[in-house]
Amino acid sequence: MIEVEGLTKRYGATAVVDDVSLRLPEGRLTAVIGPNGAGKSTLLSMIARLMKPDTGRIRVAGLDVASTAGEVLARRLSILRQENHITARLTVGDLVAFGRFPHSGGRPGPEDARHVAEALAALDLAPFRDRFLDELSGGQRQRAFVAMTLAQDADCMLFDEPLASLDIRHAISMMELLRDLCRNKGKTVVLVLHDINIAANFADGVVAMKDGRIEAVGDTGEVMTGERLSRLYGLPISVERNGGSCIVNYFRSRD
Amino acid sequence: MPPETILPARRHALPPGLIVLALAAVVLAASIAFMTVGVKGNWAYVLELRGRKLAAIVLVATATAVSTILFQTITGNRILTPSIIGFDALYALLQTVLVFFLGAGRVAAFDPRLLFLLEAASMLALALLLYRWLFLGERRSLHLLLLVGVVFGLIFRSITQLLQRIMDPNEFVVLQDRLFASFNGVNPVLIGMSATAIGLVGLAIWKRRFVMDVLLLGREPAIGLGVDYRRLVTLILVLVSVLVASSTALVGPINGFEPISFYGVLVANLTYLLLPTFSHRFLLPAAAMIGILLIAGGQLVLETLLGFDSAVGIVIEFAGGLVFVFLLLKGLAR
Ligand SMILES: Nc1ncnc2c1ncn2[C@@H]1O[C@H](COP(=O)(O)OP(=O)(O)OP(=O)(O)O)[C@@H](O)[C@H]1O
Ligand SMILES: [Mg+2]
Repeated sequence: MIEVEGLTKRYGATAVVDDVSLRLPEGRLTAVIGPNGAGKSTLLSMIARLMKPDTGRIRVAGLDVASTAGEVLARRLSILRQENHITARLTVGDLVAFGRFPHSGGRPGPEDARHVAEALAALDLAPFRDRFLDELSGGQRQRAFVAMTLAQDADCMLFDEPLASLDIRHAISMMELLRDLCRNKGKTVVLVLHDINIAANFADGVVAMKDGRIEAVGDTGEVMTGERLSRLYGLPISVERNGGSCIVNYFRSRD
Repeated sequence: MPPETILPARRHALPPGLIVLALAAVVLAASIAFMTVGVKGNWAYVLELRGRKLAAIVLVATATAVSTILFQTITGNRILTPSIIGFDALYALLQTVLVFFLGAGRVAAFDPRLLFLLEAASMLALALLLYRWLFLGERRSLHLLLLVGVVFGLIFRSITQLLQRIMDPNEFVVLQDRLFASFNGVNPVLIGMSATAIGLVGLAIWKRRFVMDVLLLGREPAIGLGVDYRRLVTLILVLVSVLVASSTALVGPINGFEPISFYGVLVANLTYLLLPTFSHRFLLPAAAMIGILLIAGGQLVLETLLGFDSAVGIVIEFAGGLVFVFLLLKGLAR
């Protein structure tokens, strides 16, 4: 469960996150969508205490983010950032093992080894375990960072554009994996997505942001309507429901 | 099988723990040789003299190596050393001011313990003052720190030079002697004081050897993994300052008066080269031992065996300079 109340972040006079309040219940997959610069990454960074908000309160799994000890929070909350750059030369296995630090304190036990192996396997990375990060393709590297975030095994997991540079097969299997974590393990997963088709078909709920404000929030079916999406992105968009799946079309409706 | 190319896994054959053990054996052998090779006449006297010298070398090498590795870990950089903020320049300024205003005779008559504490305390104060700049903003402030350090260094150096120009030439000769790092004739009481400081700092660092690895990931990932980043980095900077201050106060500035320490750079990069690991529990002891080997082993081979007096410092600076230029070029090529 993630609760955000009156959250604001300003740079100079502009509020890039403007008085945002949210409740994301546990066991749900929530997609955060919205145009570039909407404030999605800023919102996630503040929830994960990487950035201090100017005003507002955040509670994660009942813990106040501003006052809870970092190590306690790290077992409840993990985040994958939009940009990941590490100067140290690490292998995929090393990186994923770092995700266990909140639990192992640097001395991994069998439980940690199991989580690392599971995370590597889940992201198709087992054969790359001993490869250095700078010897991977962009999508492989992205998967390694996602695996690290998964290995942390927190109750609430935040991912900022986890699908960036993934091929469609890996994108779909990652979404299935995350949905499974919500359904069967009761995790709360929040992810920033630019692919609104993926959001429409996998997310339980959607938060639509624009100019630092929440334009719409609710169940995926409610938020993902042609009218709302057209307004959000400033582009004619139609939503076609076809049996179980939902296709967001931003091509044909242009003429 | 995923449709991706899979290269065979590459891992270095030697486990880092084994390399550290091997290094320890070499350091032990070198120390025994350092103490015993070519001793003539009064053994007790020579052993006492060399023992003191070796103790000073061990302390200074350990302090410099460990502080450099830690500084590079928190700055994410392999060229910087803690002395970038002008430690050596401050030491030179202090000595110059003392000799200028009190006269060489009176300075020499000072209680060395008092002088040691004064020197260490003023360097510590400078370090803490400047390192606070690191936290003025959420990022990029490292550049600010470096800039401020360079400016401070320049100011210190200019005042030092000014005072030295207008100083009595006889006093200047005495001063110059004080300004060179020397492992000879170090006061045993000071060795004890600096060993206590360096030992305590070493313990504090060893206790945190695992969390230091996490700092390699950078600020945000470290916070995400539960590290109290600001507090830990501040603490490390304090520990680094104590290390540098107590070793510089012991023997003088080992890095000459350059704004960049080639000795520290050399030791740190040899360590990274020899130990392909990011684990501080291996890197830190290995760096200390490599640092000891460079000075003690260098003195043994060059000075005791080959008879080139005071050649070690020059060779180390030269090799360190080469490594430095190499690192710069590699950085530019990327
Ligand atoms: N350091 C900064 N100083 C000033 N403005 C900033 C700073 N960092 C971010 N911003 C602004 O804050 C706004 C929100 O940024 P944010 O990264 O949260 O957007 P986003 O929704 O994640 O966008 P994207 O989809 O491109 O990732 C942007 O307009 C950006 O220009
Ligand atoms: Mg973003």
